[in-house]
Amino acid sequence: MAKVPVQFRLNGSDRAAFADPADSLLTVLRRGLNDFGPKYGCGQGTCGTCSVLIDGGLRLACLTLAASCEGASIETVSGMADGPNLHPLQTAFMEHFAAQCGFCTPGMLTAAKALLDRNPNPSREDVIDAIAGNICRCTGYEPIIQAILAAARTLPAQRRS
Amino acid sequence: MARYKGRGMASVNYPIGMNLGGDPSQALIHSNPDGKFTVALSAIDLGQGMKQVTRQVAAETLGVPIEDVYVDTADSDTGPHDMGSFASRGTHRMGNAVIAAAREARGVLLEAAAEELEVNAADLVTDGKGNIHVKGAPSRAITVRATAQAAQFKQGKTIAGRGIFLIPLSSVDPETGEMNPNTAFAHACLVADVEVDDETGEVSVLGMSSAYELGRVINPKMVEQQLVGGAWMGISHALYETPEPYYPNPDHGPRDFNEYLMPGPGDLAPYSITILERPAPDGPFGGKGPGEMCANPVLPAVANAVYNAVGVRVNDLPITPEKILRGIRANGGAKPQARRGGAL
Ligand code: FES
Ligand code: FES
Repeated sequence: MAKVPVQFRLNGSDRAAFADPADSLLTVLRRGLNDFGPKYGCGQGTCGTCSVLIDGGLRLACLTLAASCEGASIETVSGMADGPNLHPLQTAFMEHFAAQCGFCTPGMLTAAKALLDRNPNPSREDVIDAIAGNICRCTGYEPIIQAILAAARTLPAQRRS
Repeated sequence: MARYKGRGMASVNYPIGMNLGGDPSQALIHSNPDGKFTVALSAIDLGQGMKQVTRQVAAETLGVPIEDVYVDTADSDTGPHDMGSFASRGTHRMGNAVIAAAREARGVLLEAAAEELEVNAADLVTDGKGNIHVKGAPSRAITVRATAQAAQFKQGKTIAGRGIFLIPLSSVDPETGEMNPNTAFAHACLVADVEVDDETGEVSVLGMSSAYELGRVINPKMVEQQLVGGAWMGISHALYETPEPYYPNPDHGPRDFNEYLMPGPGDLAPYSITILERPAPDGPFGGKGPGEMCANPVLPAVANAVYNAVGVRVNDLPITPEKILRGIRANGGAKPQARRGGAL
């Protein structure tokens, strides 16, 4: 099948790639644009580690056709830090030992960011709900829940400053 | 139709590593001209913290700041041989190999410093902050960095060390079958409280408490994260996960993560952990390490708790609602057993 050009914003930069019409966004991000932040876990929409934000909404890159992202604004975990300054969620994940092998971490951070973007004061139940589509094999989830709640507590102060 | 609470307990004596062919691990350490050290290992860090633990062990033995040690596990083709990351052997086996390598490298480091300071190497100590000085005379000092540069560019010395940890193979006594397969055991005891629904057969874990004896805890936060994550996996193995639910019949096996069940972030049970430190005589700084035993006692404790709650003894994992309901029916109803310990 002939490749089609697709253009979108990726973490604030204009990017373009040639994609097979059947290529997932995950394939184009990883193979076409060398953004290895989102991981390939299951490729079936059941693990969450490929999670990205498309126009601010949480999406699974493995189930999104790249061609459908024309003109969209895409955020991945790779764009989460501001230069050397980690996002408060990333700092909280480190401080709470919320990553072991780290394979779920890109998806967890992205799902958590989507949550905090729309609800800066989440309850424990909100956090659980937000990461319910993300599988973690290592941590038992509790450190991740704690990290997200801790990051939420630091966020309003940062936003004020 | 009711929900029954039950409590179960299990303890474990857990062998660290396995003594097949001695279970060896090797480590190589060398300094770079900037006075920093690289530790080469072929065992890999799967997320359990092996890199961090061996980094701490190397820095402590070398007598240098932890920031000045880099652990490289990049390539098992080119690195020193290691049996691998399994059998909960990382802290113990690799830690010991790293100590041996770091001791040898430290010896060369102190010799090189002695040559620069024109003193006897035996009189030198490190301050752990990147300096080497004469015992009792802190002003007669040289930095590790200056020593590494002198060794490299002036003395023509390689500041490096080789380490291996190998337990002599224990053969089997032909008369008695006796052998000594292991030198270090860790221990744990875990109590699980569950609730079993006799209508649906569903089990919820209400809470768990455990005590773990792991030798010296080399990194307390990493031990905690292992134990918390491992306990989750224990619940998952006890109650949810199986690739072949009707083994050996392969039918109805899960095809994806929607069908391969695991507890999610909403299914967690409160878990309290007590750590007991009893340094192991042959462990690196007394360490043994948690490893797989984080999960192990959860499975029998949950099985015992289910029996305590409804009198159904499930002998094959996972303990699914179907097995519990079949057991309750075979027993002619739920048969709660005697309660032990405090309130559930
Ligand atoms: S890789 Fe997309 S959900 Fe698993
Ligand atoms: S840290 Fe390993 S899967 Fe979450």
